[in-house]
Amino acid sequence: MPTAIATRWVEACAADEIDEEDVIRFDEGGRTFAIYRSPDDVYFATDGLCTHEKVHLADGLVMDSIIECPKHNGRFDYKTGKAKGAPVCVDLKTYPVRVEDGKVLIGLD
Amino acid sequence: MAAQDISSDYQKRDYSLVGFETQRAVERGLATAQWYQCPIGRKELKELMRRSDGPALRDTAIWFGALALSGLGGWYFWGTWACIPFFLVYGVLYGSASDSRWHECGHRTAFKTTWMNDVVYAIACFMILREPTVWRWSHTRHHTDTIIVGRDPEIAVPRPPDILGLVLNIFALKSAWSLAKKLTLHVQGRLDPEEATFIPEMERPKVFREARIMAAIFIGVAVWCIAIGSILPAMFIGLPSIYGGFMTIFFGLTQHAGLDEDVLDHRLNSRTVYMNPVFRFLYLNMNYHVEHHMFPMVPYHALPRLHEAIKDDCPTPYASCWAAYREIIPALLRQRREPGWYVKRQLPSHVAPLDVSAAGAVAAE
Repeated sequence: MPTAIATRWVEACAADEIDEEDVIRFDEGGRTFAIYRSPDDVYFATDGLCTHEKVHLADGLVMDSIIECPKHNGRFDYKTGKAKGAPVCVDLKTYPVRVEDGKVLIGLD
Repeated sequence: MAAQDISSDYQKRDYSLVGFETQRAVERGLATAQWYQCPIGRKELKELMRRSDGPALRDTAIWFGALALSGLGGWYFWGTWACIPFFLVYGVLYGSASDSRWHECGHRTAFKTTWMNDVVYAIACFMILREPTVWRWSHTRHHTDTIIVGRDPEIAVPRPPDILGLVLNIFALKSAWSLAKKLTLHVQGRLDPEEATFIPEMERPKVFREARIMAAIFIGVAVWCIAIGSILPAMFIGLPSIYGGFMTIFFGLTQHAGLDEDVLDHRLNSRTVYMNPVFRFLYLNMNYHVEHHMFPMVPYHALPRLHEAIKDDCPTPYASCWAAYREIIPALLRQRREPGWYVKRQLPSHVAPLDVSAAGAVAAE
């Protein structure tokens, strides 16, 4: 699934709100997103719900570049959105992220 | 342990995944529903979910090592009575310990490294007579809709209980027959209608390929036995699932048998049973079954710690297998006569379950 083309930038959270190698949930305009901080301190964003059964990925486990869904252990590469095998078969949509003045902004379409 | 009687207008349940109960479960909000989770802090849960290869490498090395040693003894003493204890150990390690290895590696929580999970998963699936892709999807559904009638393909003891089937499964006879029927279908490139409800289209070629490989191995072993005029090869590959499978049902029945159906709270439909270290090695801590269902991302080696963290919010665990079976056997026998009857787990007084009444049931107290 391609990365969204940012038409507007939305402040999601403070950069230090997310632990290293972790994820938090961000809701905006009736949509839900997952914001990640990788072990090398880079931020990423994807759709917030697992493409398999719509479970919040923010309750899952981040391991290196992988987010694991808390319900069925389906895995995605959160940097690319790529589904890594059953039971997840459909990729996640990803969103551009930038950090400004200690705030994490995600680019929404 | 408190038990609950339910009303006499109990309707016979349809446990298939393509019957009237399937749609009813959806209409009642029981399918892909939100389940109760005991409160636990994110930091603590993250620590419990942390993956590592170490414990599973150790336990897999012990498992394969014990298989090799017992198998060597069985081969050496073949033709004498002395081979029996060796094959007994080999059989249990092959036909019973494979159940929990299949399970943990299927969740990909046993090892941190994905390929290690996948390799042990494939081997353990073969040993426990389960087709890898079919059971990956079946178990996914089991976790989505645990003991929801019409949705869960892994309800081990539908009511009224099939006692003969359970007895046959002490030697995996019912499950072997089921595999034989399914393999025959899958080898031909077909699924049964129930499987089609939970295996996505894109995964089906894999199902058919695996079935053909599995069937080829079984046929190969049979040909080998005929060629040398001995069942010895089958004593190592294939038959151990039968003669060594009795601990699978012994452990497996403790998970959910006799408990409530159609509730969105694993504390009410699953058991946590304290077991000795040997059993916990064979079963990879799946005796902490409430904990596993509630937080399936926690690897088996962290389940005892998870249990400590949430036990105040859970029913009292069973002190032993004996304690569990003192409840399970009478419950199953009673459910033969009264299919609506079930064991009602007592939650701690300070918590309340999410409650959805089963068909024909009196609401939980």
